Amino acid sequence: MITSRTWVLVAILLLLAAVPPVAALLHEPFYLDLLRRVMIFAIAATSLNLILGYGGMVSFGHAAYLGIGAYAVGVLAHHGIDNGWLQWGLAIGASALVAAAIGSISVRTSGIYFIMITLAFTQMLYYLGVSMTEYGGDDGLRLKVRSQFSGFIDLNDPTSFYYLVFAILVLFLYLTHRLVNSRFGLVLQAVRSNEARTRAIGFSPYPYRLAAFVISGAMCGLAGALLANQTAFLTPEFMNWTRSGELMFMVILGGVASTAGPLLGAATLLLLEDMLQGWSVLPKWVNDHWQLYLGVILVLVVLFARRGLAGLLPGKERDD
Amino acid sequence: MNLTLVAEQALNGLQLGVMLFLLAAGLTLVFGIMNLVNLAHGALYMVGAYLAAYFFGLTDSFPLAALLAVAGTLVVGMIVELVALRTLYQRDHLDQVLATFGLILFFNELVAILWGRSSIYFALPPWLSGHVELAANLRYPLYRLLIIAVGLSVAGLLWYVVARTRLGMLIRAGASNRAMVAALGVDIRLLYTVVFGFGAALAGLAGVLAGPIYAVQPGMGELILIQVFVVIVIGGIGSIRGALAGALIVGMVDTLGRAFLKPVLSTVVSPTAADAAGPALASMLIYLLMAAVLAFRPEGLFPSRGS
Repeated sequence: MITSRTWVLVAILLLLAAVPPVAALLHEPFYLDLLRRVMIFAIAATSLNLILGYGGMVSFGHAAYLGIGAYAVGVLAHHGIDNGWLQWGLAIGASALVAAAIGSISVRTSGIYFIMITLAFTQMLYYLGVSMTEYGGDDGLRLKVRSQFSGFIDLNDPTSFYYLVFAILVLFLYLTHRLVNSRFGLVLQAVRSNEARTRAIGFSPYPYRLAAFVISGAMCGLAGALLANQTAFLTPEFMNWTRSGELMFMVILGGVASTAGPLLGAATLLLLEDMLQGWSVLPKWVNDHWQLYLGVILVLVVLFARRGLAGLLPGKERDD
Repeated sequence: MNLTLVAEQALNGLQLGVMLFLLAAGLTLVFGIMNLVNLAHGALYMVGAYLAAYFFGLTDSFPLAALLAVAGTLVVGMIVELVALRTLYQRDHLDQVLATFGLILFFNELVAILWGRSSIYFALPPWLSGHVELAANLRYPLYRLLIIAVGLSVAGLLWYVVARTRLGMLIRAGASNRAMVAALGVDIRLLYTVVFGFGAALAGLAGVLAGPIYAVQPGMGELILIQVFVVIVIGGIGSIRGALAGALIVGMVDTLGRAFLKPVLSTVVSPTAADAAGPALASMLIYLLMAAVLAFRPEGLFPSRGS
């Protein structure tokens, strides 16, 4: 059944698809860049939403996989391997492996301990990134050549890159939607709402939670590979804990456990940041100290908009 | 390596541990009693440091500046509790993490507006800047000894307040059953505001003490906050005893790790490998410790009895 909510999501996606021709028409290539960035973060936020929204696992270390994905691309490129299939494959594989290692310990805990342990593991990776002097350490690494897909697609062309990111976003939104409505997804959501009852009807939560954690990490790893190509530059800051906080904020702002939520959240946060920083319509004291206002907006959203932006959309996501 | 160096680094570790304890005590109290995850605790530490630098510039007296800064942080903490955090107690941890994350952005930018983005240094008055000869060849800065003394006395005072006074009794009762305490006629909202202000003042005190030895700059709170979280998770969230034990362990492990991991490693592996791995491993050490503690004792070393 196609709900009014689905139509809203389709409308947003159509708008995103229309950006390149409109930007070309207006001679504003900047918007292409900005919205590509929005979509990359929407992919990362979608992956986080899988475990945070549907699995009830508040990961405060999701930026780790952005960093691993980015470093997979950067490190291979540093050694002269520009093949995109290899780079992106490594990004996904390495993120999945690390997520399996981190998850195997942290998924056993819950609540505040889960928040803290995911944060701690990401801090470890952050300091690992800082200490790798061969790959730039603190200063980071410049990506001299974007990932090469030998004739299949050229990432140096902003429009092709844009549509590639768009396609991946649509694919991931669809996959997440299918996943959470599958048997697997239903068990995952059952564990979130009542672990004891789920155990009582014969499901062991651990493998389901761990599998979701790994899938989410792998998805976010690909977002990291995209981000490295987007900025052509990577630093340990990709894994900074404030980045993890931003990803969480995107999910909450958009609305947890909703398909369109992470996209709405990522778009709102990044466009808001861009507006507060760069809009000359706003007075200079706002531009200079935009983080002050962003902080206030954040607090207000948490206090008053409890279901996020998706909560304002017509209809309901589900019946629970 | 010689014994003097080990003793000096151990004192440094103790000093860091005491500092972490001042922050961890407030954070763990607020979590244990109000069930609030407060990421903005580091921001209060920063406010304390800035206020101390500001008042020191005005009054030119370190004790007076310290007193005013601690009082100022207490007031700021209470205002934050009244305006923003009060409604968050009943919410889940996710909302609390996000709202307090917003407060961090706000405070970092606010001090940048008031005092600029570059770090400010304030020099110690001459009577505090000397060294003390503790043993032959072991001269230790007087100020760092003062930090250790202040921290340990606060730990003692805190134990006395929580274990022996009426306020402490209410705090412990509030931690184990808030509804019951409220039913007995205690103004629980006022109690929460007082406890939060108390925790803020302790964070402010840590900031005041940190001012002369670390750089006072926007974002200084977050650098130490993550370590403080490691402390309270290792110690057991909600437990002051745990906070003290965790703080001393983390302070020692971090300081000794940074000082001696590289030389120790170089006796096992090649010096170049030790050069590369030493600093990385040293910064990761406390997180490894935390992961190990959680793997074996998921509730921390001293699980709190409340809740």
